Amino acid sequence: MRTPGSWRRFEGYAFVGPFLLLYIFILVYPLILGIGISFHRADLFGARQWVGTENYARLLADPVFHQSVGNSLKLVLLIVPPLTIIALALALALNRPTKTAAVFRGIFFSSSVLSVTIVTLIWRFVLTPDAGLVAKAMQALGRDPIPFLSDPNLTIPALAITTIWWCIGLPMMLFLAGLQQIPGDIYEAASLDKASRWTTFRRITLPSIRRTLILVVMLQTAAQLQLFGQAQLLTAGGPSGTSRPIVLYIYEVAFGRWELGYAAAAAELLFLIVLAVTLIQYWAVTRREPER
Amino acid sequence: MPSLELHDIRKAYGDTLVLDGVSLTMEACEFVAFLGPSGSGKSTLLRIIAGLETPDGGEILLDGRRIDQLPPGERDVAMVFQHYALYPHMSVRENMSFGLRNARVAREEIEARVAQAAHVLEIEEELDKKPGQLSGGQRQRVAIGRAIVKQPKLFLLDEPLSNLDAALRLRTRVEIAQLRQRVDAALIMVTHDQAEAMTLADRIVVMNDRRIQQVGPPMEIYARPANSFVARFVGSPAMTLASAVLLPGDGSFARVRLGDGAEVETRVVASGLPADAPLHLGLRPENVTVTAPEAGTTKAKVELVERLGDRTLIYARLADGLEVTAQDEGDSRIRLGDEIGLRIDGGAAHLFGPDGAGHHAEPAA
Repeated sequence: MRTPGSWRRFEGYAFVGPFLLLYIFILVYPLILGIGISFHRADLFGARQWVGTENYARLLADPVFHQSVGNSLKLVLLIVPPLTIIALALALALNRPTKTAAVFRGIFFSSSVLSVTIVTLIWRFVLTPDAGLVAKAMQALGRDPIPFLSDPNLTIPALAITTIWWCIGLPMMLFLAGLQQIPGDIYEAASLDKASRWTTFRRITLPSIRRTLILVVMLQTAAQLQLFGQAQLLTAGGPSGTSRPIVLYIYEVAFGRWELGYAAAAAELLFLIVLAVTLIQYWAVTRREPER
Repeated sequence: MPSLELHDIRKAYGDTLVLDGVSLTMEACEFVAFLGPSGSGKSTLLRIIAGLETPDGGEILLDGRRIDQLPPGERDVAMVFQHYALYPHMSVRENMSFGLRNARVAREEIEARVAQAAHVLEIEEELDKKPGQLSGGQRQRVAIGRAIVKQPKLFLLDEPLSNLDAALRLRTRVEIAQLRQRVDAALIMVTHDQAEAMTLADRIVVMNDRRIQQVGPPMEIYARPANSFVARFVGSPAMTLASAVLLPGDGSFARVRLGDGAEVETRVVASGLPADAPLHLGLRPENVTVTAPEAGTTKAKVELVERLGDRTLIYARLADGLEVTAQDEGDSRIRLGDEIGLRIDGGAAHLFGPDGAGHHAEPAA
């Protein structure tokens, strides 16, 4: 007979067990498998040949991989700061208990529920040089249409704009949640303390949502380093690789050239880049964190 | 010269009227307490004075200057919030100097004022800490310090003691009394605790049901309540109000008969009372004493005995069902269910007319 105490000890595992199994099976196991594959010459049919670190050595010398890393970093720099600022501005504007604000919160969040295919389709209609919305507008002004999807200097900005439009909802909601945590009476105290709107924002609001701000920047950096669908569907990485981000490169190597081991090595490097960037950000902002 | 003047302040939220024509004039450096139950409009009135709410009508003047159309920061008032409202990410020093920096006060002046206030409030050790590292009492003192350094013409204290435990409450009460000595400004404190209002304020403004019920010094509020609401709200335990009928008589003072037939001779001038109208006799516990069953003004049955040490409170019921609170000695032997006599000191009793207006005993010559 089990005593109730020993049952209690296992009760907790019964609750986390299903999730833990799934987590190990679809995340931990593939991660380890991927690391293993990255040290092999492998194809999609299961052929494996141990090559040591050869895949990594080749990657570090591969100019196409270098270009894709550069593209991903450019995308992060073009997406994360504007996305953060716009999301914060929207949250500040919509942080009020009116019906209108609720409607606009819904509208701005709605783009987030669309799939990347729909988003890309919408922006193709907007950006296409021959018949897109922007092109029509430029023509109406008597200017030449801008070749967003074929000019090497414009493809990355076009991808950035598409991504910002798509991803604005979640950070806005996170900021709104952060803003609603701020007690109203400290704003009243600030108004009695003669604080201007700018001073109030800089000295009261911003420090109060500091943690949300860090969270948004870290989540978005990690997410945008893995940008894939928009690039594949909008520009297919072109022209001549100028808009190919890392994940698209991995996809092409794995499922285009069937070099699974080489693609796995690239994926591991991406994993390290994401990890490094996130840790650097975390270190940079927690270094001066006041002790509590 | 008057310090704060309120003229006919009105405020409604939608269809709900919360302040209905409130007027008040405060003397220079006067300490006034707004006393009333929840929902009486006292906090709204304080917030209107601070500029955190906009009145629908009326005027506010401070030292002769009209302030009701100025933003809160321009009004020369400082407020101590109920939950302190300290800026959590700023140090105590920054909390206290924030308002002065916004007002572009010179750096040396700010430092001097903060140091002075910190010294007086004994929070010098805490200046570089964050509010999260302080105890409740220390936060309260920082909130007071933040108000002091601004050297305002008027301090507004919103339920300043309600968040503190009993021991700290007494200590902070002393601190507020000292604050009053130190500053050259008028003070308004909102409270629902009559003991705070009675002990601290020069005058009490009793509020209920959107209006000021009575304004006066604490003892006047206690001894001569303007109406039955003030009579019941101020004083603990509450005054007993007994239905009474005025007896015809030739004396100049009113004689009344209670529901159980007992007659009480008051020192309230009879000519001022409405004729043939139902009255209420108001009795404070200290004016009703316990006697042997046949020796008192009337008889009652004991329902509850509260021993407070120095005195004993007896909650008793008269033959007609009326509940009366009486007072007995600290070592009273009265027990639950005892039949007792009550001696009513009619000379100290109050009478309230059908409209609730109070009529009080003439002071003995």
